Amino acid sequence: MRAHPHTTSRSRRKTGRRHPLATLALIAIGLGLTGGGYAAFNSSTASAETATASKQSVDEGKKLFMANCATCHGLNASGTDNGPSLIGVGAAAVDFQVGTGRMPMAMQGPQAEEKPVQFTDDQVKSLAAYVATLGPGPAIPDASLLKPDGDAAKGGELFRVNCAMCHNVAGAGGALTEGKFAPDLHNVTPAHIYEAMVTGPQNMPVFNNLNITPTDKRDIITYLTYIRENPSPGGFELGGLGPVSEGLFLWIFGLGSIVALTVWITAKSN
Amino acid sequence: MSTTSAAPKAASNGGFTAAAATYLEERTSISAVVKEFGRKIFPDHWSFLLGEVALYSFVVILLSGTFLTFFFQASMAETVYNGSYAPLKGVEMSAAMNSTLNISFDIRGGLLMRQVHHWAALLFVAAIGLHMLRIFFTGAFRKPRELNWVIGFMLFILAMAEGFTGYSLPDDLLSGNGLRIIDGMVKGLPLVGTWISFLLFGGEFPGTAIVGRLYTLHILLLPALVVAFIALHLTFVVVHKHTQYAAAGRTQQNVVGYPILPVYAAKAGGFFFIVFGVIVLIASLFTINPIWNYGPYDPSPVSAGTQPDWYIGFADGALRLVPPGWEFVWLDRTWSFNIIVPVLVLGLFIVTVAIYPFLEAWITGDKREHHIADRPRNNPGRTAVGAAGVTFYAALWAAASSDIIATHFKLTMEGVIHTLQACLILGPIVAYIIAKRICIALQKKDRTIALHGYESGRIVRLPGGEYIEVHEQLDEYERWRLVSFESYQPLMLRPNSRGKITASNRLRAGLSRWFFEDRIAPVTRGEIEGGHGHH
Repeated sequence: MRAHPHTTSRSRRKTGRRHPLATLALIAIGLGLTGGGYAAFNSSTASAETATASKQSVDEGKKLFMANCATCHGLNASGTDNGPSLIGVGAAAVDFQVGTGRMPMAMQGPQAEEKPVQFTDDQVKSLAAYVATLGPGPAIPDASLLKPDGDAAKGGELFRVNCAMCHNVAGAGGALTEGKFAPDLHNVTPAHIYEAMVTGPQNMPVFNNLNITPTDKRDIITYLTYIRENPSPGGFELGGLGPVSEGLFLWIFGLGSIVALTVWITAKSN
Repeated sequence: MSTTSAAPKAASNGGFTAAAATYLEERTSISAVVKEFGRKIFPDHWSFLLGEVALYSFVVILLSGTFLTFFFQASMAETVYNGSYAPLKGVEMSAAMNSTLNISFDIRGGLLMRQVHHWAALLFVAAIGLHMLRIFFTGAFRKPRELNWVIGFMLFILAMAEGFTGYSLPDDLLSGNGLRIIDGMVKGLPLVGTWISFLLFGGEFPGTAIVGRLYTLHILLLPALVVAFIALHLTFVVVHKHTQYAAAGRTQQNVVGYPILPVYAAKAGGFFFIVFGVIVLIASLFTINPIWNYGPYDPSPVSAGTQPDWYIGFADGALRLVPPGWEFVWLDRTWSFNIIVPVLVLGLFIVTVAIYPFLEAWITGDKREHHIADRPRNNPGRTAVGAAGVTFYAALWAAASSDIIATHFKLTMEGVIHTLQACLILGPIVAYIIAKRICIALQKKDRTIALHGYESGRIVRLPGGEYIEVHEQLDEYERWRLVSFESYQPLMLRPNSRGKITASNRLRAGLSRWFFEDRIAPVTRGEIEGGHGHH
């Protein structure tokens, strides 16, 4: 969903510049369109299948669970000393944790780190479907809740009040205690943002639908999408970290270049 | 009557330029000034330009700041934003925030000017800091320049005040959080804190008065003081003449360099445009203080990574490094030391910086004028004290970004804080020892080179089979640089005229011993002449 607008903007930029590799770019666009079309066709048939074959998906999910998750979460997902019970966490929690690569964890640590996703999309959905059968919990959000066409201003306000103290106003992330941290939100998909809010992964609190309504959640997603897709009007953002990166930049590059220039000005001519 | 009749005569002789010059001269006697200043000599060294960088960035700040005042509204009246930045449309905010957003998005060149102003402000304080370090480590604050050091120090404090008041004006979330911390610091002062806070904010924080008040300070009182102090500072530079580094032909009585007219004026004028250019280049490429991200101030949210601008960072860091629980309950009241202790420590540090020239003069007992700047190695005691001070400041400074250090280096917050607490106490001691040893080692090297020459890399086999490396002697000019410095001996503790040894005398002798006990004396003429015989 997010990859599509990205490829078009990139290819438009290349051809607009009359790059010497324009032919290559054209071929790439052609291949991209064919591939994309094929993938779209493929996924539409796949989703049609899952709707009818959810029993099969649950069984598949159970097998994956036994092989990959049961070591820590227990054979019946009721938890062990090494991992919490998954009964009632819902499909959304699985889709977030596994879909962002946080689960299965590589090792115990202050918190589960994001890493390359270990399963295909179908496998993630199967796992989610299986865990959802264990007890009622938040479901994977419907696509209509994720469209970034809400009220960005309201979303921004909600984000500043509810999220910025950990994630930073620009979504750049921030530190928590004991080595834990709130991650950078720039490359998080709308679905994962929504799921994080309803399930409260790791140290994040749960923002349920009474606390922040689904429309408000969509506004927050709209705001985050806006700041991701609209780079700073002031130029390079220096990580969006605020005065620390500004100060470091000024001392190293600003004052550094000025000092280099003073040396140049006072250098004796040969 | 006679002067008026002279003018037409000159005009007929030398044309319009001469006539204009005569006209001016007759009415202003400006030739005396041109004669005096035009032939004023300034020595040429890159480190002497750092103060100029500060001056020029201040000019840039004045120019860009004037532009900003045309459009900024220093009011906390409630408005609803209706400008062109979509994610804030319809959001309630103060007129100050609203007008700052308009400057950023709806006024032509406004965002560039805002960024020029802010980057120039950061550069202004940074250049002052580096300039002060240069003055400190070369001992350029010694008699007769002690008062000018204090004036420069006042400028540093004023620059920080200018910066902080400016940072607080847009009334965005970040600046409001910064003010909240100041409010907390003020309220943390015993007895008077709450009163001062209410006086400052015109009631309970944040109130509706603070932006207007800070604006008056920011554009009226503080700049007037800065300009006045700069004028005084530069007058003193002219009166005292500039210091210079030791070299052949440079003495305490002369200044070797270029005259203001035409060389220095051209160089300095060109350098102004270079500094201006660098600032504009940075401002046009790099975002600073993106208030549209921060949103309007609201006392409830605080963003992760909320920091002051770099020059206030050391104060923020001091607050972060205070261990928890420095308070007790007595007489039904909580007595907290969490705020007052860091405030006092910072105050002591700052006052020590301000009065350092007088301290050093008292310790050395040196009443002579010094116009030759020291090489840092030639005064190991001072250089080591400076290194300790820099380390102390750096630990506080780093502490202000403890959260960002933790996330970016994958460390724990607690680990970073505890490490910096240790650095704050132990770092200066370690830095002192290391800097002192390095200085003394460098002096020893200089001494060896002055006496025995430098290793030429040419190996010669003597008739007896012995191999030696030929040492080349330095030329006279080079050697002069190495040997012309002063070294103080520790003061002897002697009874005064009434036959008593006072406590202050003991302290002074102790400090003098601490400063000058380990020292390398400069090479004397006799040693050089004697040394030639060996090789």
